[in-house]
Amino acid sequence: MASNEEILAGLAEIVNEETGLAPEAVEMDKSFTDDLDIDSISMMTIVVNAEEKFGVRIPDEEVKNLKTVGDAVNFIVNAQA
Amino acid sequence: MARKVVITGLGATTPIGGDVPTMWRNALKGVSGAHTLEDDWVAKYELPVTFAAKASNRPDEVLTRVEAKRMDPSTQFAVVASREAWKDSGIEEVDHDRLAVAFATGIGGVWTLLDAWDTLRDRGPRRVLPMTVPMLMPNGPAAAVSMDLGARAGAHTPVSACASGTEAISMGVELIRAGKADVVMTGGAEAAIHPMPIAAFSAMQALSKRNDDPEHASRPYDMDRDGFVMGEGAGALVLEAEEHALARGARIYAELAGSGVTADAYHITAPDPEGLGATRALKAALFDARAQATDVVHVNAHATSTPVGDKPEYTALKAALGDHVSNVAVSATKSQTGHLLGASGAVESVMTVMAVYERRAPVTINLENQDPEIPLDVVTSARDLPQGDIIALNNSFGFGGHNAVVVFRNV
Repeated sequence: MASNEEILAGLAEIVNEETGLAPEAVEMDKSFTDDLDIDSISMMTIVVNAEEKFGVRIPDEEVKNLKTVGDAVNFIVNAQA
Repeated sequence: MARKVVITGLGATTPIGGDVPTMWRNALKGVSGAHTLEDDWVAKYELPVTFAAKASNRPDEVLTRVEAKRMDPSTQFAVVASREAWKDSGIEEVDHDRLAVAFATGIGGVWTLLDAWDTLRDRGPRRVLPMTVPMLMPNGPAAAVSMDLGARAGAHTPVSACASGTEAISMGVELIRAGKADVVMTGGAEAAIHPMPIAAFSAMQALSKRNDDPEHASRPYDMDRDGFVMGEGAGALVLEAEEHALARGARIYAELAGSGVTADAYHITAPDPEGLGATRALKAALFDARAQATDVVHVNAHATSTPVGDKPEYTALKAALGDHVSNVAVSATKSQTGHLLGASGAVESVMTVMAVYERRAPVTINLENQDPEIPLDVVTSARDLPQGDIIALNNSFGFGGHNAVVVFRNV
């Protein structure tokens, strides 16, 4: 099982791959839409890539609750537990 | 009096050059862009045709990684060519509400569509990319170019198979003449060198099967022609209302003097054997340009190198130009580039504009034994065009009986 830091780093890698944003810009308190300017289509790509990378399932209805990077990291940590 | 339309910017990415200067230098020299395909899918599917004319520069080497990820290769080609054309036009300020796009494709995002189908079957619906629909739609290139330039006076996608690129240019003229735009980015893009279209075109006996000698496979007008060679890439032309171009002191390549678009209503794939639809398109284009048949000095022919296609075009040229046809320098540049399908009319229009601008006709390669039933004056080594007022034509025809002709005049 991965630590919070490892999940954040992995998520930052996925965001960078999809959007070109520098991985260090992907911080726990950043909002996907307001701070990182990620649209809904990119968000779905990120979610599916995160599912594959971390071996979890993120239901579609859950995605709208993942407002910040921290929300996503916490969701993945709990889903892995 | 209709507004005069001029060409002020050119862009291209093709099998014989990734930009206009390289492509044009090669077109005058006479090179082949066709090569044996090295992709593993050629052997995997035991394709009957093992070569094609791939673009000499991959578009994702020019675009950023994130840009390329969200675009089908056809859209990538369109953006690369239109950026070159826009830069070449030197336009620095423009009313974006008066800037339109007419950018064609013949097939659309076929790589995206079939990759998504493979993904669905292999890995299930969850893995199908959310960007699949906007990437596969045929208006993808026009939409991407519109966003890239901030063109807000409409983004159009004429689709008429291998006449698409030329029909897009024709549409650009109409938009400017109708007063709906002052500047139009026109062109065509295609990226269909994928095993399925190769299998499908091959099934209809349209492709050359000269697998042991790809460089000599595309041979329009030659007795041993046996089909066309698949090509890919894009061409782009900036059309501008003459007064708009003059006001900013633009470099003008040529006037886009007129166009003619007709339909055969004869057969879904075979051209009308008497070339009646093509003849009407040629006559309509010359009339639209207020030009006489005897003004024509150069034709960039559609000439795909199929046994059935090359002759009806000659018949049409003879019907439209009369005996003057023997005075016209005809170039079949698909001998070099292969057939870029929906992009071919745009790339060949770029070449025709360059021919008028530099008064030099590009080369037809691989013509060793000219078909006696097609007694055209074919340009086999680069040739000067006459001084004085000249007219040059670009012909494109597509499955579905589509005929499109555009007319260029020196300025």
